[in-house]
Amino acid sequence: MCLPCSCQSGGRILRHRIRLSGMKMSSEENIREFILENYLFTDDQSELNNDDSFLDQGILDSTGILEIIFFIEDEFGVKIKDDEMIPDNLDSVNKIIAFIDRKQQE
Amino acid sequence: MAISFGKLPRALGTAGDKGQSMETGLPQRLMHEGLFCSAERFPHKIAVVAEGKEATYGEMAEMVENLSAFLQKQGVSRGDRCVIFMDNTLACAVSIYAVLATGAVFVVVNPQTKQDKLAYILNDCQARVLITDAHLHRVFVPALESAGSVSCVICSGDVASLDQPDLVLFSDTVCAEGGTQENNTVIQKDLSALIYTSGSTGDPKGVMHTHLSMTFVLGSLIEYLRLSEHDRILLMLPLAFDYGLYQLFMSVQLGATLVMERSFTYPAVIFERIRERDVTVFPAVPTIYAMLVSMHHRDPLCFPSVTRVTNTAAALPAGQVPILKEIFPNALIYKMYGLTECKRVSYLEPELIDVKPGSVGKAIPGTEVYVLDKQGIPVKPGETGMLHVRGTHLMLGYWGAAEISEKILVDAKLPGEKLLRTGDWFTIDEDGDLYFKGRSDDIIKTRGEKVSPLEVENVVIGIGGVREVAVIGTQDETLGQAIKCFVVLEQDCNLSMRDIRKACVEKLENYMVPKYIEIVFSLPKTNTGKICKRDLS
Repeated sequence: MCLPCSCQSGGRILRHRIRLSGMKMSSEENIREFILENYLFTDDQSELNNDDSFLDQGILDSTGILEIIFFIEDEFGVKIKDDEMIPDNLDSVNKIIAFIDRKQQE
Repeated sequence: MAISFGKLPRALGTAGDKGQSMETGLPQRLMHEGLFCSAERFPHKIAVVAEGKEATYGEMAEMVENLSAFLQKQGVSRGDRCVIFMDNTLACAVSIYAVLATGAVFVVVNPQTKQDKLAYILNDCQARVLITDAHLHRVFVPALESAGSVSCVICSGDVASLDQPDLVLFSDTVCAEGGTQENNTVIQKDLSALIYTSGSTGDPKGVMHTHLSMTFVLGSLIEYLRLSEHDRILLMLPLAFDYGLYQLFMSVQLGATLVMERSFTYPAVIFERIRERDVTVFPAVPTIYAMLVSMHHRDPLCFPSVTRVTNTAAALPAGQVPILKEIFPNALIYKMYGLTECKRVSYLEPELIDVKPGSVGKAIPGTEVYVLDKQGIPVKPGETGMLHVRGTHLMLGYWGAAEISEKILVDAKLPGEKLLRTGDWFTIDEDGDLYFKGRSDDIIKTRGEKVSPLEVENVVIGIGGVREVAVIGTQDETLGQAIKCFVVLEQDCNLSMRDIRKACVEKLENYMVPKYIEIVFSLPKTNTGKICKRDLS
C-alpha cells in the first residue's frame, strides 16, 4: 500500500510515496509519474515519451527545473551540483534516469 | 575591405552608436539601418552567439538581405504583417530584421503560445507571412487551418520530417542570391512592429510601434544604460517580450555582441555562457533573480565580468539587492519600470539604489512623466496619482481597436498630441523619482508578464462542467503576483483541480496557468448579480 502525503509547492502537488516492501516503483515509473502529474496534469501515460525534450515540448519552464532538482534529490538521495543542471542530464525522462544512475554510482 | 549592403538607402557612411553618421552626419531613421551600419563598421565581428554557433555582422546582414529579397518576391510590401513564431534563435533575429528591411511589420509570438491564440493573432492582424520552426508544428499546423490571410510559411529546423509540402525552408531563403530588388520605401512614421499584450478585454491586443517610436526609445535606453560596442549582452528573455527584443536591438545598434539563449530553464548553461563569453549585461526579471538567489545560497555564485544588471516587469524584493551585489560584484544595478505601450517609462540611476530603495526612478532620457489627480492636476510630492507618460516612444495605438486605444491615449496639451495614461498609481518625490503604488485595473503581473484575468477566465469557462469562474491576482514573493482561480462546477460534475489545470496548460502560456485553483460552491455577488472579486482572496 502506498501512503501518499502531499505538500503544495508552486501550486503543484509533490507526492512523496512511502513504499512498503514488495511495492517498489522503478525509477522510470517514479520519474514519469512526477512529470505527468505535476507538469502535464494527467495520468495518461501516452502523453509523455521518455525521449521528449522538456524544453522543446514546452513541458518545463524556468521555475520547473528547481522543483525537479528537489524531487530527484529527495527521491533518489543524490546531491546535484549547480553545474550539473544542464539539458544533457535533465531534459528528458531517459536523460534523468541515466543521470541518476551515474550519480548513484559515485 | 569595405562591404556595402544594398539596403542602405542613403550614403550613411559609418554610423556612431547614437545613430548618427560620423562622415555625413545624416541621422539614422529606420530600425534596420542599425544592422547595416554595424555591418559596415564591423563586418567580421561576432553579432550573435546562439546554440553554440557564431554569426558575424557581415553574415547576419547578408542573411537579412537575402530573406528580405525573398519576402519581396512573394509580394510582401510596406505595412504587411509577418508573424514570427520561434524560439530565441539566430533565425528569429534574422527574421525580425528581414521583415523590417522589407518595410513590413514584424509580430513576434511567444513560442509557448498554443494553437487557438496563435490562430487568433494571425487573424487579428491578417498576417501575410508566418516564419516559424519545425518543432512547433503541433501548434502552427492546426492554427494555419483557420488563418486564411497567410500566403507564405517559412520554416527553420527539421522540416523534412513534417511532410508539409507547402513550407519554404528558412535555410533556402537566407542562402539564395537576392538579386536586385525594389526598396519598399518606408519612413519613420510607418509601422515597424505589433507587440501583442494581454489587455483588459479577454483577447490580446497588438501594440503598434513605428520606426520613429522604436529608434527613439532605443537611443534613450542605450544612453541611460551607458552601453557601448564593447558590451556582450545576454538574451534569455523571449524576443516576443519587448524587454527581450530590445536586447537584440541595442546590441545590433551598438555593434556589440548578443549572447542568445532560449530561456533560463537550465541555469548551469547560462552560467557557463556568462563565463565563456565574458557577458557584461545581464537583463532579467524578479523570477529569475529569485532563482539566482536560491542557487547562490546552495553554492555561491560570482560573475565578475557583468557590469550591468537590469530589472523590470515587477519590483525586486528589497532584501535581494545586497545578495545580487555579491553575485555581480562589478555591476551597476538598474531598477526600471515600463509598459509595452511605450516600451519603458523610468529607470533609477544605479548610484541611488541604496538611497531610494523603493523607487523605479525618473523618466528615461528625452521623455517626461506626470502623476496626476482625478482632475488632471499634478499631485504634490508623496501624494498618490495616476501616472501619465509623454514622449516619442508612445505607441500609435492598439491594432484594430480604436476604442480601447482612446482610453489609454488621452489628449495632451498640444493639439493632436497624446499622453499615455498608464493605469498605474504612483507617488513622485521632489527629485522626480517615481514610486509604484498599485494598478487601477485588474491586470495581473506575474513572472514579469501581464495577464488579463478575463483571458484566463474565458479558457476555464470553456471547460465542460464549469458553471462560473473568477480569476484574481494574489501577492507572491517570487512571482510578483500569483494567479488564483475560483471555480463553481455544474451539479454532478466531477472535474478535479488537475483537470482544470490541464485544460489551462493546453490553451495558455505557462505563466498564465493559475498557480492556485479552488473549487467552491458559490462566488460572492453584487446586488446586480455580478461577481464581486473584491471579496475574493
